[in-house]
Amino acid sequence: MRVKSLAELNKIKQSAISAVRPRLHRDAPTEEKNILVCGGTGCLANNSDKIIQILTALLKTRGMAGQVKVVRTGCFGFCEQGPIVKIEPDNVFYVRVGLKDVKEIVEEHIMKGKRVDRLLYEDPRIKEKVHTQEEMTFYKKQLRVALRNCGLINPEDIYEYIALGGYEALGKALTQMSRDEVIETIKKSGLRGRGGGGFPTGLKWEITKQQEDEVKFIICNADEGDPGAFMDRSILEGDPHSVIEAMAIGAYAIGADKGIVYIRAEYPLAISRLTTAMEQARELGFLGKEIFGTSFNFDIRLKYGAGAFVCGEETALINSCEGKRGEPNYKPPYPAEEGYWGHPTCVNNVETFANIPVIISRGADWFAAMGTEKSKGTKVFALAGKINNVGLVEVPMGITLREIIFDIGGGIPNGKKFKAVQTGGPSGGVITEKDLDTPIDYDNLLEIGSMMGSGGMIVMDEDDNMVNIAKFYLEFTMDEACGRCVPGRIGTKRLFEMLHKITSGQATMADLDALKQLAYMVKDSSLCGLCQTAPNPIISTMKHFWPEYLAFVKDVDHPRGEGRYVPKNKIGLKS
Amino acid sequence: MTQPQEIDVTKPLEREFSKEKYDQLESFINSLETTKGALIEILHKAQDIFGYLSRDVQLFIARKLGIPGAEVHGVVSFYSYFTTKPSGIHTINICMGTACFVRGADKIAERFKERLGIESNETTGDGLFTIKDVRCIGACGLAPVVMVDDKVYGKVKVEDVDDIINTYRRTGGAVCG
Repeated sequence: MRVKSLAELNKIKQSAISAVRPRLHRDAPTEEKNILVCGGTGCLANNSDKIIQILTALLKTRGMAGQVKVVRTGCFGFCEQGPIVKIEPDNVFYVRVGLKDVKEIVEEHIMKGKRVDRLLYEDPRIKEKVHTQEEMTFYKKQLRVALRNCGLINPEDIYEYIALGGYEALGKALTQMSRDEVIETIKKSGLRGRGGGGFPTGLKWEITKQQEDEVKFIICNADEGDPGAFMDRSILEGDPHSVIEAMAIGAYAIGADKGIVYIRAEYPLAISRLTTAMEQARELGFLGKEIFGTSFNFDIRLKYGAGAFVCGEETALINSCEGKRGEPNYKPPYPAEEGYWGHPTCVNNVETFANIPVIISRGADWFAAMGTEKSKGTKVFALAGKINNVGLVEVPMGITLREIIFDIGGGIPNGKKFKAVQTGGPSGGVITEKDLDTPIDYDNLLEIGSMMGSGGMIVMDEDDNMVNIAKFYLEFTMDEACGRCVPGRIGTKRLFEMLHKITSGQATMADLDALKQLAYMVKDSSLCGLCQTAPNPIISTMKHFWPEYLAFVKDVDHPRGEGRYVPKNKIGLKS
Repeated sequence: MTQPQEIDVTKPLEREFSKEKYDQLESFINSLETTKGALIEILHKAQDIFGYLSRDVQLFIARKLGIPGAEVHGVVSFYSYFTTKPSGIHTINICMGTACFVRGADKIAERFKERLGIESNETTGDGLFTIKDVRCIGACGLAPVVMVDDKVYGKVKVEDVDDIINTYRRTGGAVCG
């Protein structure tokens, strides 16, 4: 059956709501219960699939399968405490549920209505059990926009998405808004690209629309290569329909009829959920011909990445989509002017797309009310490393790093001291104690020597040696550099070798000078963003943790560090 | 705990592939609407079928698409997901993402390499194990993470390495869930 109008969509929504009622209306008295079990990669690795099997079997033998529904959802975000089982409408959040706990949940909670207290989350600071999700410090300061459906709906069931207002934004855009109005709304919302660059999304759409070409493309960049970031993966696994809906809205606005999702082959679960979602969307007519009874046609296909970090860069990504090596091109021309097979192409990141449907349904002003002056809305961060609450968090722009690390993240484990946090992945820089109170947005992070990036946030404690961390990142960028330009190909290799020389205790003061010079040289002369930012970890750790570099150097001739490196060929450089 | 046996590393032999496998690949290529821009897609399929992209397979694809073999090899060697060497029955993927690194993934990797006597991207002489570094499998909450075939082991400690290896030794070729 194909949906041809908003009225028809609304009819489907009304009948779909019953399946999610216990989750939406906690106050309405009902015998029905929903048991939500996290089906994200982290929890699946901890047997959450078996939990679902046992739950279903137990409920069946006790004749409760009719009233109690088991739902496999996307990621709840609180990965550290997985597997997570949430029971609605009771609003009870069980953590670290093992296979042996399932029977007790069914017999005590479901049959007798008694909460199983030992499975509740215990706040380590007050040493008390916390009963609901809303009371947990991990969730208190969060604001879930892009992640609004993750952990709430079954991502493999389009009707659950529709019950929560899914595809209404697409219907609204197609039947009630002109293409310019859609673009104007996105521009007014102030949404900036969440892949890292922070380019205004509405402007990108407008430029693509203005190109005179009958063939245009919209591409979703789902090639999350940043080590330590998993927000795109979680959105695709937990709420694939929001990305599909957003791509259709974007395609309508720019005038494209074909879309591509460029996705990492290493994300099998995300691929399978996205494929399922696309089939369901086609069945109901949200993809295909004459969507919502209009003349708009649009469909999406998948292209698999093959493991190259540089393919996150849009021109490299387009080359890879064309079946070539993923090497970046000079810009301009920008992909919006000349992209996939030479046609205007709009490339947006997964998280950017996830924001689009709500902006269309709730309006630009609602979105622009969140965040800071130049960075609107929220940002998803993958919080990892030496931190108590590892997980996925979504916060309004303008929150401070201290709030994220110490309130939401619960601080540093084992009573260690906080040392630094790396934001922006390998291209970012470290932020130390003194900058923890800076409100986070695109511009402030750049100012303190780091960047937003895709949102990976790795916390380090006093045990971590920062020269080793810089070396770790350089090894990564050296491996991942595409090899097209000399600074990227050879410069990163030499930087890595110098760091290796330093950490193995062979270096002199002149080597530290040379390292610094070369770092700036690579930064200034590389072809694309990957290698222009590759030396950032060196530059920022040298700035903040200089004594750690010195500690590796035993220069008898220059005990106080006055040895200057004199380059053989003098080139005008910053030093 | 039993001491792991010593394994000598010899270069694994290139396997010969049956005609059926080539036929399977050929019919996949024929089923494509157009081969323009489809090289990576075809390589993914070929690696699915053969397990790795041998020289012969690469040349087969090049001839089929009418492009130089060097172009195929250029793409194969660019992407880390493609491999030109056969891998063992079990692939041990050690996550080298930042989250895993700061929680000691390098020490885990060292122990695996020491116990199996091979480096990354190498296969043991008995063809049972291949070690691979992967960039990030996105399960940072479980760091450090090791993924053997499809099974994810989270919060791995150096002491666990022997147990993991032995699990797969005992079951031989069978995948242990």
